[in-house]
Amino acid sequence: MADIRNNFVGIKSPNPFWLASAPPTDKAYNVIRAFKAGWGGVVWKTLGEEGPPVVNVNGPRYGAIWGADRRLLGLNNIELITDRDLQVNLREIKQVKMDWPDRAIVVSLMVPCEEHAWKAILPVVEETGADGIELNFGCPHGMSERGMGAAVGQVPEYIEMVVRWCKANTRMPVITKLTPNITDIRKPARAALAGGTDAVSLINTINSITGVNLDSFAPEPTIDGKGSHGGYCGPAVKPIAMNMVAEIARDPETHGLPISGIGGITTWRDAAEFMALGAGNVQVCTAAMTYGFKIVQEMIAGLENWMDEKGHASLDDIVGRATPNVTDWQYLNLNYVAKAHIDQEACIKCGRCHIACEDTSHQAITSLVNGVRHFEVIEAECVGCNLCVNVCPVENCITMEPLAAGVIDQRTGRPVSPVYANWTTHPNNPMAKVAAE
Amino acid sequence: MPEGQFKQGIAGGRLSPEQYADNFADLHPPFDHHEALVESDRCYFCYDAPCMNACPTSIDIPLFIRQISTGNPIGSAKTIFDQNILGGMCARVCPTETLCEEVCVREVAEGKPVQIGRLQRYATDIAMAENKQFYTRAAPTGKTIAVVGAGPAGLAAAHRLARHGHEVTILEARPKAGGLNEYGIAAYKSVDNFAQAEVDYVTSIRGIDIQNGKALGRDYQLSDLTRNYDAVFLGMGLGGVNALRADGEDAQGVTNAVEFIAELRQASDLASLPVGRRVVVIGGGMTAIDAAVQSKLLGAEEVTICYRRGQEHMNASEFEQDLAAANGVIIRHWLQPKRVIAEGGKVSGIELEYTAMDGERLVGTGERLTLVADQVFKAIGQSFVPVALNGSGALLVLEAGRIKVDAEGRTSLPNVWAGGDCIFGGDDLTVSAVAQGRDAAESIHRALTSNGRA
Repeated sequence: MADIRNNFVGIKSPNPFWLASAPPTDKAYNVIRAFKAGWGGVVWKTLGEEGPPVVNVNGPRYGAIWGADRRLLGLNNIELITDRDLQVNLREIKQVKMDWPDRAIVVSLMVPCEEHAWKAILPVVEETGADGIELNFGCPHGMSERGMGAAVGQVPEYIEMVVRWCKANTRMPVITKLTPNITDIRKPARAALAGGTDAVSLINTINSITGVNLDSFAPEPTIDGKGSHGGYCGPAVKPIAMNMVAEIARDPETHGLPISGIGGITTWRDAAEFMALGAGNVQVCTAAMTYGFKIVQEMIAGLENWMDEKGHASLDDIVGRATPNVTDWQYLNLNYVAKAHIDQEACIKCGRCHIACEDTSHQAITSLVNGVRHFEVIEAECVGCNLCVNVCPVENCITMEPLAAGVIDQRTGRPVSPVYANWTTHPNNPMAKVAAE
Repeated sequence: MPEGQFKQGIAGGRLSPEQYADNFADLHPPFDHHEALVESDRCYFCYDAPCMNACPTSIDIPLFIRQISTGNPIGSAKTIFDQNILGGMCARVCPTETLCEEVCVREVAEGKPVQIGRLQRYATDIAMAENKQFYTRAAPTGKTIAVVGAGPAGLAAAHRLARHGHEVTILEARPKAGGLNEYGIAAYKSVDNFAQAEVDYVTSIRGIDIQNGKALGRDYQLSDLTRNYDAVFLGMGLGGVNALRADGEDAQGVTNAVEFIAELRQASDLASLPVGRRVVVIGGGMTAIDAAVQSKLLGAEEVTICYRRGQEHMNASEFEQDLAAANGVIIRHWLQPKRVIAEGGKVSGIELEYTAMDGERLVGTGERLTLVADQVFKAIGQSFVPVALNGSGALLVLEAGRIKVDAEGRTSLPNVWAGGDCIFGGDDLTVSAVAQGRDAAESIHRALTSNGRA
């Protein structure tokens, strides 16, 4: 049986599935329910500084987009950090940690960008016995207008500065949570590392408007006729988050920096993909908010089954395994040639591959052959773009088949070269590093 | 004396009022909003979609389904009505399992087609409930057209002609318009007086005058129409019922299935409608199924369909056969009627002969079987009655007993078009009749307006 125990920057948990800092981790009540359901850890919802807590709107906090059967595809929110009293939160954290010593409890923090504010909160959090802290440099709404959250996360110098304060003032591991609302995710990751962070976690939510009410002409969610951009999360953001995880994992400057992966993780497979790209563990929110805490049971069993099936003994066997395969476009093998192939047995003759190729691509799929409805790849036109695979409603009906070296590519009339060659040496590249032969 | 369902002979009041209401409720209840969204999402929006090609009226099915999925049911209804102004009824009565849904790629792939008929009903119901009218009439052309028969072919032709600015008079023999939609469809397929609602919807375009109780050959002649109108469209359907060719078929209790179905549709109180305790239906088409199922739903204890060939030869679709079986109707094959047995002039049974194929020929085997029956329905097909065309001067050319037309619906007489079940090549489908009426109307319009230009 695969061992899925997790050790993330020294924080141990029975599995790599943590609940992200968010509404599900705002109170002892929720967190205890999560632990009972089997979650390996939680990042407690962000605490602010001592004093009157923040207030939330009293209208809708969430907006969403759905598939046809109301399957939730993306969620956004304009909720702020915890609106409960700091002392109440601290007491609950201490009690829950005491009662659940085998589970990870990390406390998310957001206080003003001043050293004394951080110096004030760190010891009181440390006193709870929490396993670590996560610096919320990601919230894109509300708090950012007050110079916190994403306002810090978008300025690498601030990140480095605050991380340094924290490392200087606590023994707890520091995880720096990054905002995706930035052009190059490597910059804030490098800054966090420079400040001495133990890890980064990402992504926080993405600036978004989920809809516009076409009667009132107001963005949704709508508060008394007005709306504000919220933070987008859920399955829709997963590809964006995975790219950012991979960018940090493969950046020579941050390579090896532990990453807690976040962004649309809904199933064991999503989690495995994040970890393969370099995440040491994962954090989940939207899936739990959609289906409840029980989903972790599917995640645990699914991950174990897959690892057993593939012979992966522990998480170390999978973390970062895909990272070396993420590269720059310029290093992709231009001598690799693949052609689409349609399995006529599986084809249901919907014609979507044909019309997608005919209207929008390379005119490489027939619709009629000898007067009969028939969809077949014209190899002489096929550039191997994969669009037909993506629009085909039948899984594995259309596949991309690589051409073996030496086989004539009917499109170019030339044999497929056995040699790896990329753009850096291509004769059409004016910047080619090696002259064409 | 047995009561209720077990009353002997042909009697009404076999069931409770609740049972009648239940039995004759909508066969396919309409989709609600969410069901329609989920079902519409199953459509793959196929290229050159097979469903669209299978539809006799060529409705752009992928487009109308996509319009439902994007929250535009009104636009969806227009896509449907553009091709088929009787899209509401067709959504209810089309044998979709042998047309659009049979070729749906999802049927091919997984045996579960997109429910095109119910989606079509969803969109058209919304538009009709709002009385959304999509078409305005072109400027008056001053041309007048007579349409014989207010069935699907006649209504479709009339609507298209009225749109083009012509004045249309429909002459209908029956007291109500609608044709088989009103008189010939099983009641559970068209509840809440839908046929009349649809007639009202179609005629809302104005320029269509329906005159009821006017029968060709009785109240007027075809020559009157050709003389008084610029063009004539014949859509009178089939007036005759084929005989059993069995001895004793004039006994009391031997009934034409089409008359029974019509009577049932017109009944204001189903309990007043008499039906036998033991019913035998002779035939293998949709009419046989409709008569048999409705007999059962009216409370007949035993209903048996006897068809002279095999299951695979039945005109009734598999869905219809299953529907009959699910309602407790027994379908027996390879039996042909030989003799109606009567006691005191009333049916008491029917003697049938087993049949078999002798090469290409159907023959009786000589072996006989007697079924107890107090009512026998004849449902072995209808025929065109050309006698109404007599006294019209020049005779219309017929082919295989029905009116011969060309691809545009033109008959052998100048300025006379025809469509629907009365023409050769008509296939007993509402949707085909609509297509023929519509296309004949376009042909008439071209003929009257020098190729479509007024």
